Amino acid sequence: MPPRPYTPKVLTANALLEGDVVWLAADGHWTRRMEDAALIEDEASAELHLLDAHARAHEVVGPYLAEAKRGPKGPEPTHFREAFRTRGPSNYPHGKQEGR
Amino acid sequence: MYRYSEFDESFVRSRVAQFRGQVARRIDGSLTEDEFKPLRLMNGLYLQLHAYMLRVAIPYGTLDSAQMRQLAMIADRWDKGYGHFTTRQNIQFNWPKLADVPDMLDALADVGMHAIQTSGNTIRNVTADHFAGAAAGEVADPRPVAELIRQWSTDHPEFQFLPRKFKVAVTGHPDDRAVTAAHDIGLRLVERAGVPGATVLVGGGLGRTPMIGKVLADFVPLADLLPYLEAVVAVYNLLGRRDNKYKARIKITVHETGIEEIRAQVEAEFAARKPLFSGVDQEMLAAITAQFAPPVFEPEAEGDYETWRAADPVFRAFTDTNVTAHRAPGYAILTVSLKAHGATPGDCSSAQMRVLADLAERYAHDELRISHEQNVILPHLPKRHLKAVHDALLAAGLATANVGLVSDIIACPGMDYCALATARSIPVAQGIALRFEELRLEHEIGPLKIKISGCINACGHHHVGHIGILGLDRAGVESYQITLGGDGGPDAVIGERTGPGFAYDQIIPAIERILRAYLALREGRHETFLDAWRRLGMEPFKAALYDKEEARADAA
Ligand code: HEM
Ligand code: SF4
Repeated sequence: MPPRPYTPKVLTANALLEGDVVWLAADGHWTRRMEDAALIEDEASAELHLLDAHARAHEVVGPYLAEAKRGPKGPEPTHFREAFRTRGPSNYPHGKQEGR
Repeated sequence: MYRYSEFDESFVRSRVAQFRGQVARRIDGSLTEDEFKPLRLMNGLYLQLHAYMLRVAIPYGTLDSAQMRQLAMIADRWDKGYGHFTTRQNIQFNWPKLADVPDMLDALADVGMHAIQTSGNTIRNVTADHFAGAAAGEVADPRPVAELIRQWSTDHPEFQFLPRKFKVAVTGHPDDRAVTAAHDIGLRLVERAGVPGATVLVGGGLGRTPMIGKVLADFVPLADLLPYLEAVVAVYNLLGRRDNKYKARIKITVHETGIEEIRAQVEAEFAARKPLFSGVDQEMLAAITAQFAPPVFEPEAEGDYETWRAADPVFRAFTDTNVTAHRAPGYAILTVSLKAHGATPGDCSSAQMRVLADLAERYAHDELRISHEQNVILPHLPKRHLKAVHDALLAAGLATANVGLVSDIIACPGMDYCALATARSIPVAQGIALRFEELRLEHEIGPLKIKISGCINACGHHHVGHIGILGLDRAGVESYQITLGGDGGPDAVIGERTGPGFAYDQIIPAIERILRAYLALREGRHETFLDAWRRLGMEPFKAALYDKEEARADAA
């Protein structure tokens, strides 16, 4: 099988103290809004960022690379799971949607 | 009600203190997540999709009003004002902050509660019939046995690193409301020639390889129960696979080794272990049993109950669905539904918890139960108080008359909370309840169990739902697979798949087609959905689900 072509990703995790979803921004800080995340467009830097995130285990839990696409305001999710992570649960206005 | 011993108290406190230190060291960076994760899981702390989650055990589902009020306090102070009751008689708090969890655990310890062994590869919270000690026709109250198992299994040094989690359920009633056949060990209390004992089932379980438990021993006298259980778990600890977590459950061991061989090994192990039990366990069981003595039932408990029923159709409908026969004359077992149409199954606000605590304390011998069906029960309610209780429940939004009907759905948290989920469960349950409320068909349809899980782990028991719904991810889109004919009762069976799954916006119409087909095909109101399924089999339901022509005609 030919190797799958690399598709853009964001680096995401849960914050250590609150457990809420965070994304890695271009300047290296963890943002609560996916729009502010860095869209990582090449494979080598994706791997490097993931290694770096694992080294920052005193800030976040369970970092991973998630599929994303470029949108008008910034990166957008391509899968419904990642879309839910930008909002919060569907039964109450809790989680990130609470602050909007 | 049972009171925990001083040993329990100091053991739980020291565990909280230990965990407080571990949390502090995680936050200051001296523990990594890899080091911390097993420690937090030992204390019931998970990381879900949007936040942490704390899972608290409610052993055999029994609570008093003080414990219920404390859960309300915890929900208000450290969470978002509600809790989620689960199929394993636990309560889950969905939004705790890491630094607050030790305080939450201390607050639980204040009322004899904890989160120990609510996670991990240990013997989990022991579950039991939620009508224990109250139901008419009960052989024996399962809770003393469940409590004995809780004490024996809590921190049992031999069983802290089992191949996989291990679940035990106990029933003392032929109706089996504890789904014993879907547990690693299921105990059914029976009596033989005046000797109390148990039928022991082993190797049941849902998840990715659903299996119904097999009878390992037809009768084990209660006097031998603990050494016998210890033998079962010891044999599993030895034989259970550790190379593959999906094959590590005892159901696989039983399947691969064969029930006869397992039985032979258990008998040998039992013979070796029995002499090591000096009889202390029997003294403990006697002491526990004494503490579970039933309340002193009032002689004139009935009051004007029948008059109110005759006069008030709303009250009558409520008692028709939500009351179960009690063994004491003039008493009711009242199930309070946490499934108001459109509500999240199993969720209870702190205000509602306080109402339930007050009602239990004031009218119902200060006892509450949590059922695996995610409802709350007042097990000992004199019928003369039912009107006052109904009025109070109405005011609190807790008087939904739907127990055992279409909208009394079990649903796991699914992708709205759970990190393992492949699709949502809660909105599907909400949508079904609202649709059948709108159609006003729920009472017409009658007894029905719909159960929904958001992934193959089957926390929502979908395999044993009369209608089971499993949420899946099909190429990045939520998809739902339906099973029919499952049953969690005494003759438990796993449901059968209907065929291809349905998209999120198609699953509720699909359930409606099944139930309209049932209404058209049944022999009369007395024939329940499950009975009709057993008579008719899959074909007519499959036709209703997938026959496009028919579906279009229905919609027209
Ligand atoms: C963060 C939330 C949860 C997680 C991560 C979780 C995880 C799991 C996993 C991994 C399994 C599969 C075990 C196996 O069979 O090998 C499982 C099964 C199960 N869980 Fe959950 N669960 C969660 C919430 C719940 C809730 C809310 C309930 C009750 C509504 C529940 C009750 C059960 C039950 C009854 C099973 C049955 C499978 C068996 O036969 O052992 N869980 N869970
Ligand atoms: S069935 Fe799956 S989605 Fe639902 S709670 Fe269990 S692990 Fe989570």
